[in-house]
Amino acid sequence: MAIDRKPDHDDLIHIPPEMAVAEADVRPEEAGEFVRGTSLWRDAWRRLLKNKLAVFGLVVVIIITLASLLGPTLIKRTSGITPDYIPTNDIRLTQSFPPFTGPDGEFSWLHPMGTDNAGRDQLARILQGGQISLFVAVIATLVSLLIGVTYGAIAGYFGGRIDNVMMRFVDVLYSLPYVILVIVLLSMFRSQTPRGQLILLFVAIGSVSWLTMARIVRGQILSLKNQEFVLAARATGVSTSRIIFRHLIPNTLGPVIVYATLSIPQIMLTEAFLSFLGFGVQAPLSSWGSLAAEGIQNIGVFPWQLIFPGVTMALTLFSLNFLGDGLRDALDPQMRTV
Amino acid sequence: MTISNGNLLEVKNLRTYFDTDDGMVKAVDGISFQLKRGETLGIVGESGSGKSVANLSIIRLIPEPGKIVSGEVLFHDSDLLLLPNEAVRKIRGRRIAMIFQDPMTSLNPFMKISRQLMEMTELHLGHSKAQAFEHAVKMLETVGIPDARSRANDYPHEFSGGMRQRVMIAMALSCEPELLIADEPTTALDVTIQAQILELIKTLKRETGTSVILITHDLGVVAGMTDHVIVMYAGKIFEQGKTTELFSLPGNPYTKGLLRSVPDPTAEQGKLYQIPGLPPDVAHLKPGCPFAPRCDRVEEICHKEFPPFVQLNADHHSLCHFAREVYADSGGVILAADERK
Repeated sequence: MAIDRKPDHDDLIHIPPEMAVAEADVRPEEAGEFVRGTSLWRDAWRRLLKNKLAVFGLVVVIIITLASLLGPTLIKRTSGITPDYIPTNDIRLTQSFPPFTGPDGEFSWLHPMGTDNAGRDQLARILQGGQISLFVAVIATLVSLLIGVTYGAIAGYFGGRIDNVMMRFVDVLYSLPYVILVIVLLSMFRSQTPRGQLILLFVAIGSVSWLTMARIVRGQILSLKNQEFVLAARATGVSTSRIIFRHLIPNTLGPVIVYATLSIPQIMLTEAFLSFLGFGVQAPLSSWGSLAAEGIQNIGVFPWQLIFPGVTMALTLFSLNFLGDGLRDALDPQMRTV
Repeated sequence: MTISNGNLLEVKNLRTYFDTDDGMVKAVDGISFQLKRGETLGIVGESGSGKSVANLSIIRLIPEPGKIVSGEVLFHDSDLLLLPNEAVRKIRGRRIAMIFQDPMTSLNPFMKISRQLMEMTELHLGHSKAQAFEHAVKMLETVGIPDARSRANDYPHEFSGGMRQRVMIAMALSCEPELLIADEPTTALDVTIQAQILELIKTLKRETGTSVILITHDLGVVAGMTDHVIVMYAGKIFEQGKTTELFSLPGNPYTKGLLRSVPDPTAEQGKLYQIPGLPPDVAHLKPGCPFAPRCDRVEEICHKEFPPFVQLNADHHSLCHFAREVYADSGGVILAADERK
């Protein structure tokens, strides 16, 4: 085959040198010298690092995540206290102490955030609660990514009647007041074990969290599918599923990542709200919502029971929102309000 | 239903209609042509004349609400319009490849150049990742991308327009297709780059023996690149013939108008010629000749009767009531019926 021939540009294309220069000049912004181009992701990362609030958010989120994941184990190693440890052998210890205070009112490192009514260590419980809060949020977000992105992409790509049916179904689910829906789900299938309750919570939150994602992705795909590169891909024989999953969905990643990041605090808040109402996580497991619910009953006497979980949660939510906003600015510079 | 006499592609009486709210738009209305192996066919016409739709119909990529109403597209021994979707998908890219008008939007902005090129050969030739990458680099070198190996891992936005069109050509040719459909491959590029790209297509065509259908509205490109030419207007073929003959001896007032519309850089400055009026709304065509309202040779019959497709020469046809007269005006000698074959 002639095409296998070692290419020889001068022979292949008969262009005088001055034309070749014109070609090089067209290369954007880097006329003259060759500069290693940057990918969209590297660009976005650079822009993100320039945003101080977003970096602050990122750091706090990383710290809180690491603390939640490793904290309970570390505390157990150092002081032997587990989040659900109730000192039943000593009646004096099964009550709420203020931060840094021992049983006799003396200064102590044992409970830096005090204890709850049953004498359980607050710090350990908050960290363990963080595990559950983050876990619920991450799982629900993954569900919304998996279902929402696929669903929205299929509806958007095929369009027409399929799109109509699929999106009307989403509209119907949307129009149901979803907190009430979740409460109904949770109270209908009330589980006897805390773990079973936790799984129910996942299912309930996950089943409604994908709706917005589906809409966002559908909108993106609708505008993308008429672009020429999709036609070009079809003209090269690429299959429909490959076009959707390899060509189109990666192009929606910017908005998807932004929405996913912003939906994590939303879901955490929902979880906290449900736990606060008593539908979510059950003791001895804890989440920030259930801790706050316990704390609010004693707000006049033992304020630290509310303050610590409340502040932790608020800090996390702030940070995630800052991070989400930062990501939106970084990934979609055109959308940024000037 | 087999193709004889060395034709690679035979389109017969192809009709593609779009059922819109505004009525049935007859974007392509009964066109027929043949393409021999190794030949280049030019399709010219104004915007909306149906030249792109005709070619999208060949590989069955008509967008909604378009429908191929009738016709045959014989490629080798099979009618592409009757094949199952899966079979057509295997032909696309592998045996019939396409290059599109706008290189800026024809590449996926989120995929590396190499990835997009590799997809072709992985899909059609069953290459492994490593093989496909080597092939991609080789193709990039073939189309004249300097430093191809490292440029392969760039994203499309790091390439200039001309370079992107080269990438598109590399992609289209990477499975060595038998037919390359180039839909206005140079319209979005500036003149110097245009020349390079056309030269590239020409060279590669010569080396690989690929047949080419070149869709364009640039008559200069057609003159320099093609063996045969089809002039389309309002979804119909108005004139077809050998490029050299059609350019020197046009047999249709529309073709004449198109040729006169080409600006002549050597002429003294003056008014540019333009065909008066606008292309017709193909959803609401009147019974007569669709070009009649704009034609400078129009007579009463043109508004009433659809013109015949007149044979002027062995290989030269024109859709006009006065085709013979126009042809004679241009200096053509109409052969007697028995001499035409």
